[in-house]
Amino acid sequence: MRIPRLLGWAPGVVVVVLLALLPWSALDVPGVLPGPLDSPGTLQVLAVCLVFAGLALSYDVLFGFTGLLSFGHALYFAVGVYVTAIALTRWHWALLPSAGLALGCGLVVAALVGAVSLRVRGIAFAMVTLAFAQAGSVLVVQDPLAVTGGEQGLGLDVGKVPDAFIGVLNTRNLYWLALALAVVVFLVVRLVTTSPAGHVWAAIRENEQRVTVLGLRSYPFKLIAFVVASTLATLCGVVYVLVVGGASVGVTTADFTLSLLVMVVLGGSGVRWGAMLGGFVYMLLDQRLGSLAGVGGVAALPGVLRVPLSQPLFLLGVLFVLVVMFLPGGLASLVRIRRTRRARDLPRRPLPEAEGV
Amino acid sequence: MSTVLVLAVTGLGLGALYFLIASGLSLIFGLMHVLNFAHGALLAVGAYLGWWVASHLDVAAGLRLLVAAAVGAVTAAALAALLELGLVRRLYQREIAQVLVTVGVGLALVALLQGIWGSDPKTYPVPHWMVETTTVGGAAIPHGRLVTIAVGLVVLGLFVLFLRRTRFGLVVRAGVENRAMVTALGIDVRRAFTLVFALGGAAAGLAGALAGAYFGSVTPQLGSSLLIYAFIVVVIGGLGSVTGSAIAAVLVGLLQQFTNYYAASGIGDLSVVLLLAVVLLVRPQGLLGRPV
Repeated sequence: MRIPRLLGWAPGVVVVVLLALLPWSALDVPGVLPGPLDSPGTLQVLAVCLVFAGLALSYDVLFGFTGLLSFGHALYFAVGVYVTAIALTRWHWALLPSAGLALGCGLVVAALVGAVSLRVRGIAFAMVTLAFAQAGSVLVVQDPLAVTGGEQGLGLDVGKVPDAFIGVLNTRNLYWLALALAVVVFLVVRLVTTSPAGHVWAAIRENEQRVTVLGLRSYPFKLIAFVVASTLATLCGVVYVLVVGGASVGVTTADFTLSLLVMVVLGGSGVRWGAMLGGFVYMLLDQRLGSLAGVGGVAALPGVLRVPLSQPLFLLGVLFVLVVMFLPGGLASLVRIRRTRRARDLPRRPLPEAEGV
Repeated sequence: MSTVLVLAVTGLGLGALYFLIASGLSLIFGLMHVLNFAHGALLAVGAYLGWWVASHLDVAAGLRLLVAAAVGAVTAAALAALLELGLVRRLYQREIAQVLVTVGVGLALVALLQGIWGSDPKTYPVPHWMVETTTVGGAAIPHGRLVTIAVGLVVLGLFVLFLRRTRFGLVVRAGVENRAMVTALGIDVRRAFTLVFALGGAAAGLAGALAGAYFGSVTPQLGSSLLIYAFIVVVIGGLGSVTGSAIAAVLVGLLQQFTNYYAASGIGDLSVVLLLAVVLLVRPQGLLGRPV
């Protein structure tokens, strides 16, 4: 039993090791990435992708694992981004206390908003979370305390950031930080979704009424899922602000949450690595499809084709619709289908040992 | 006093816009349990096509706005019907997937608008007389606001007439109550789906033209910013109730204007959120919704 279990971990470990070694490779992937793998530009793009892999997975804890459709996940990410940026830049705190404060704020906000919004279900829940996130967005834009920088956003004052995370040459450290974040989020989500509480989440997703009939109160379990997912999102926000070096209003909007939903469904909801893959691929496309338009082939096309092809969100939107229509399990289901097929085929073929006997 | 009057009229105008968007959303949700996230994009497409046609016409500004509104309503209705026939219908009984599809279409349409016309605001053709004001009780009221309110009232009247007096309206109302029963009685409720989508789209397209006149310009993101408040209006009013949407739209529009003016800019938006939270906690089904 022991060896197969280790084998189950093997693909993940290989991917992480490869990703960790990536800054030492000078491999060039033209078109997909801005430069060779070890160039700061590429590492920055990949770091953002990794942060979003973690963020998408944190959203999947709600959407895919517990069946809660929230439209306010951007709020907790934004808390991480803005509280860290404000503590570092306005109050000149050190990095660790700033990150700690951000996590604390994320936890408290999530507990409060979750406690209120989980009193309603389904679409009403989605709307309440949307409304709270909108309130957060309004607060950031209107900036009553003059700390967020409003529409302009807030550039990070690097004075208090450790030297290892500053400068173009240190982009690789930020990249490793993002990779570490993705791994941590994965491990935490794996831990909680395979715990007894995680099984109750799955039961709530499948049939909440039945959970209640079996004598469990679903409310505290949903609240735990909400707080865990939101706090993980806050953690992603803390790393994100370091990677991109500033906070902007875009991360507070409802559209931002919608893009998280798109990522999760694209990758495969309820599958841990699927959601991460979705986040990674979405951000890679979002950041790089725009530059595709500059490539000779597209620029030479007639306007009817060139205009849509030069809009990353148009392509992502269309891709998303296609996935929802024809591949309901997302990218992850491609592998799963193959696996189940293999599993189904297995008994038909005589096993090697069986032949020997 | 005059300030109160101006604020009230402005709030009602905003409420009329919210109502135009929310009425379609509410009917679609009531009948099909689909939150149409493409609704904001339909509004923006209507506004842009109306603007584009109108800017190529060499006629009086008033007529231009009329043409823009008509073109906007028709294109948005056609697009909405296409969306229903081409995508939403194929995902029958997969309600989450239906919502997701509208999210994708919304993303793609807004990006397309941005690709074609750029993200800078486009000045909307507003006839001069709409900007002029009439003094009522010491308050200078712009005519444009009154037009918006009037259109909102007319659309409300038409929706109520359609729902109460026509056969299709009967099917829609019955479908909101109990879709399975309507189908069991041998009525093809899917035709009502397409119709409701098209009607909602038409109202959204009209709202696009009016929003263009109201704000003076249109941007690709016009729809998504209005859509959030329209969602709030739909939920406060009660999902599936057009009259509820109208009442909630007026409440939200007025509340937003008055608090934005008397408290501080931005507080109005926050108080709307608060209103939603309070309504949902006290009365989860909304003002006129059926108990869930």
